[in-house]
Amino acid sequence: MTNQDIQKSVLRILGTIAPEADLSSIQPGVAFRDQLDLDSMDILNFVIALHKEFNVDIPEADYAKLATLEGCAAYLESHQTSPA
Amino acid sequence: MAEFLMPHLGADMTEGVLRAWRKKLGERIDRGEIIAEVETDKANIEVEVFNGGVVEKFLVDPGTRVPVGAPLAIIRYDKEPAAVAAPKEIPVPAVAAAAPIPVAVPVTPTALPVPAGRLHISPVARKLAAELGIDPATVTPSGPGGRITREDIERAAKARAAAIPAVLPAAPSLPAPAVSDRQARMRQTIAAAMARSKREIPHYYLSTTVNLKRALDWLNQENLKRSVEDRLLYGVLLLKAVALALREVPELNAVWESGKLLVKPEIHVGVAISLRQGGLIAPALHLTDKKSLGELMKDFRDLVQRARAGSLRSSELSDSTITVTSLGEQGVEGVFGIIYPPQVALVGFGRVEDRPWVVDGQGLAVRPLITATLSGDHRVSDGHRGGVFLNAVDRWLQQPEKL
Repeated sequence: MTNQDIQKSVLRILGTIAPEADLSSIQPGVAFRDQLDLDSMDILNFVIALHKEFNVDIPEADYAKLATLEGCAAYLESHQTSPA
Repeated sequence: MAEFLMPHLGADMTEGVLRAWRKKLGERIDRGEIIAEVETDKANIEVEVFNGGVVEKFLVDPGTRVPVGAPLAIIRYDKEPAAVAAPKEIPVPAVAAAAPIPVAVPVTPTALPVPAGRLHISPVARKLAAELGIDPATVTPSGPGGRITREDIERAAKARAAAIPAVLPAAPSLPAPAVSDRQARMRQTIAAAMARSKREIPHYYLSTTVNLKRALDWLNQENLKRSVEDRLLYGVLLLKAVALALREVPELNAVWESGKLLVKPEIHVGVAISLRQGGLIAPALHLTDKKSLGELMKDFRDLVQRARAGSLRSSELSDSTITVTSLGEQGVEGVFGIIYPPQVALVGFGRVEDRPWVVDGQGLAVRPLITATLSGDHRVSDGHRGGVFLNAVDRWLQQPEKL
């Protein structure tokens, strides 16, 4: 997946976590929590959804790297499983 | 054969709109199954039945606004509902200013109606009364020896419903209420419940600072062993610590009804959950003290998701025996909340923050600290017992491996 594809998937997942959010206004470099009304349960659900979608194991220590759309895409891109 | 009535799903509910029947005429329904969807001012609720039987007749069409206690359907139950564990009535300790440790002296609160004597009421009738929001002290008993029966409560509920202006039909096409209307009604219902609480309950407030280092260190290690889906949030440690502390101060796990304190035999912690469109709801995490942290986390996630999706169950709205609210993620240092009647206590948690902490009386260190607070009902507990409770919460959080 390209970085752009990953960003689209991340936004789709975010839409399921915070259905009321206007995803078109998300600024890629700004923390999600500064743009959306997310709590720790939302963040946990977000990480679980990313884990399922991208088949990436995300340790708690890496949660901070997923704070923005750009950071999320970069992290998931670098942890993608290589195609067989 | 019995009438199935519009349940009372919290102190702030006076009526609900029947949105849909989930069963058909003549269909069997088992205990715990959903019979109907009801819309309240706060949420859409899936209403369960507490006894198995067969649906004989529907008395109300979907789209109808119905007062609490009004008949919705006729159900032919398999048998008379089984008795439920009765709450324990305990005398109310005196509130004596400047008394160092009040002893348990029964007193008569002056601000509330006082029953002439001990109420004779069956456990089933008591539970039904709580569900329907009926004060048993106002019910005329018909059972042997002046005992209040299930039928007496049902009769009282019907009489109250009849006194309320007739069942009001809503628009037949069942349009979803506008979000702004729903928000306005939710604010009104919250305002009514909170105003009642402040009017009737003499609140007292306590707070303590808890060092969470041991709990958070343990949690970090524990989460390393868990898959992403099974990881714990520190919030479940707080909930479990509260539930275990309640075993030591059971008078806080109780309701105040008919001028008496009724200590609940089971601990169902209500968790305040903010809703995305505004407002909040506090459904119960059933048997909070008996579940493992993993089970609690799973149930907590499910509860939050369903609360925000509007698919809670009626028992989750009627069973809470205390409420816990956390505003730490909003940056709040301490929460001094308003008790949700008929409960008699509310526990609050603020943000976790690194602050200076004296270690072993030797020197300062930086530790993750949280402010835990208790809002207590002074009619039924005092600062001494409240302090015992907060100390117990702290103690449990210092031994997270035992939670």
